[in-house]
Amino acid sequence: MSELSIQHSTRNAADERQRGGGVTHTVKLTVNGVEREVAVEPRMLLADTLRQQCGLTGTHIGCEQGVCGACTVLVDGLPARSCLLFTVAVAGREIETVESLENPDGSLNSLQQSFQDHHGLQCGFCTAGILMSLTALFREEPSPDETTVRDQVQGHLCRCTGYQQLVEAAMAESGRNAQVTR
Amino acid sequence: MKPAPFGYHRPATVAEAVALLDALQDDVKVLAGGQSLVPLMNFRLSVPAELVDINGIAELTGHDVTGDVLRLGALTRHHELERSATVRGAAPLLALAAPYIGHPQIRSMGTLGGSLSHADPAAELPAIMLALDARMVAASARGERIVPAAEFFVSHFTTALEPDELLTAVEVPVAAERTGHAFLEVAARYGDFALVGAGAAVTVDEDGAITEARIGCTSVAPTPVRAAAAEELLRGATPDADVLAEVERVVAGALEPTPELKASAAYKRRTAGVLVARAVRQAWREAGGDMRGEEAA
Repeated sequence: MSELSIQHSTRNAADERQRGGGVTHTVKLTVNGVEREVAVEPRMLLADTLRQQCGLTGTHIGCEQGVCGACTVLVDGLPARSCLLFTVAVAGREIETVESLENPDGSLNSLQQSFQDHHGLQCGFCTAGILMSLTALFREEPSPDETTVRDQVQGHLCRCTGYQQLVEAAMAESGRNAQVTR
Repeated sequence: MKPAPFGYHRPATVAEAVALLDALQDDVKVLAGGQSLVPLMNFRLSVPAELVDINGIAELTGHDVTGDVLRLGALTRHHELERSATVRGAAPLLALAAPYIGHPQIRSMGTLGGSLSHADPAAELPAIMLALDARMVAASARGERIVPAAEFFVSHFTTALEPDELLTAVEVPVAAERTGHAFLEVAARYGDFALVGAGAAVTVDEDGAITEARIGCTSVAPTPVRAAAAEELLRGATPDADVLAEVERVVAGALEPTPELKASAAYKRRTAGVLVARAVRQAWREAGGDMRGEEAA
């Protein structure tokens, strides 16, 4: 993909300046409850802002074209692919990343722990995105059935687990929530 | 960071947005949900010099029913179509098709206006707008005009919108009494682009005979296709096995699909026929059409 972008990137620096390149916008957004102010070019993607400017490298960038789901974060509570959002366009909105999930004492939260217990990850590259999609689901529906869980993670690619263990991890969380709310 | 540089504009009103489109002319793109545009920009297949972000325009959001028209703002997100009781009540086909659009993360951000303006031949919503005879509201610095869905989709990724026009809303007729709905789709994997899709809205009389059928197909041509011959055949009929076999035949016969990697033209033709017949049957049942049949059985 990098080769493709190099081929298409034939404009010179002057041309890029004329097209708004180099112009920075100051953007305020809330990331994991903390208000942040970042200076970005319009073309800066939220995924890159989170990693490079906020230092939150838990959000992984996989395909950078909205297919793999690795970079999924929550925007105002809804799962979204941060490689398809321009940082300037999410000014004022509330972003949540995988770094927000841990318990206050720094230990894994129950969903994360469940992933560890059920081998819901192997290399871990896709895990942050999957956890964020599932977090959005569990907030809305604390004990979903397996079909709902599978629907929720359909937009994520995982090359290690074959998906079975991560679904088992989510179902364990679902079962725990059902007992708590009963 | 992959996209080429661009100038960024965030108008607060439709008037400001269309003034920008008018002033910036050719090398400008409208950013709505960005779920199709941004991947193209990340690949640099699309390199607009200017981007007009319409997400800050409050008047483009929301939806409501007035009389017998459901008006949907262009910024209505796909997940709203999935969850809104108003949409489910007034235009159930939209609610039924929405879960087939991409994945949950795409439906959080993707918009109705964006999907229709993008006019991907494999998209679900254009086929439904065509079947329901929706009206597209387009605004420009020159004023506002209404484009019927039948005239809106011109070819793949091409609509009747002029470069300075913005799709602001869509008006969908509210479903008549005793109308059933079904949407079916075949894809390589759930959430992938449709290989073939079909939606049907079927209205019946007290005896279960069809008074009106509206059928839209997707991913079988450069534009969504209305199965007009099948609709005509179904008017006044009861969809028994013979009628449905005929529906399947006329749908398949009327199509000249473009083959793609995962589906030949013959496959698309045959699958479209089968899906339309199934969708009609399902919609007819939901409309209460087979009550007599059940009583007889």
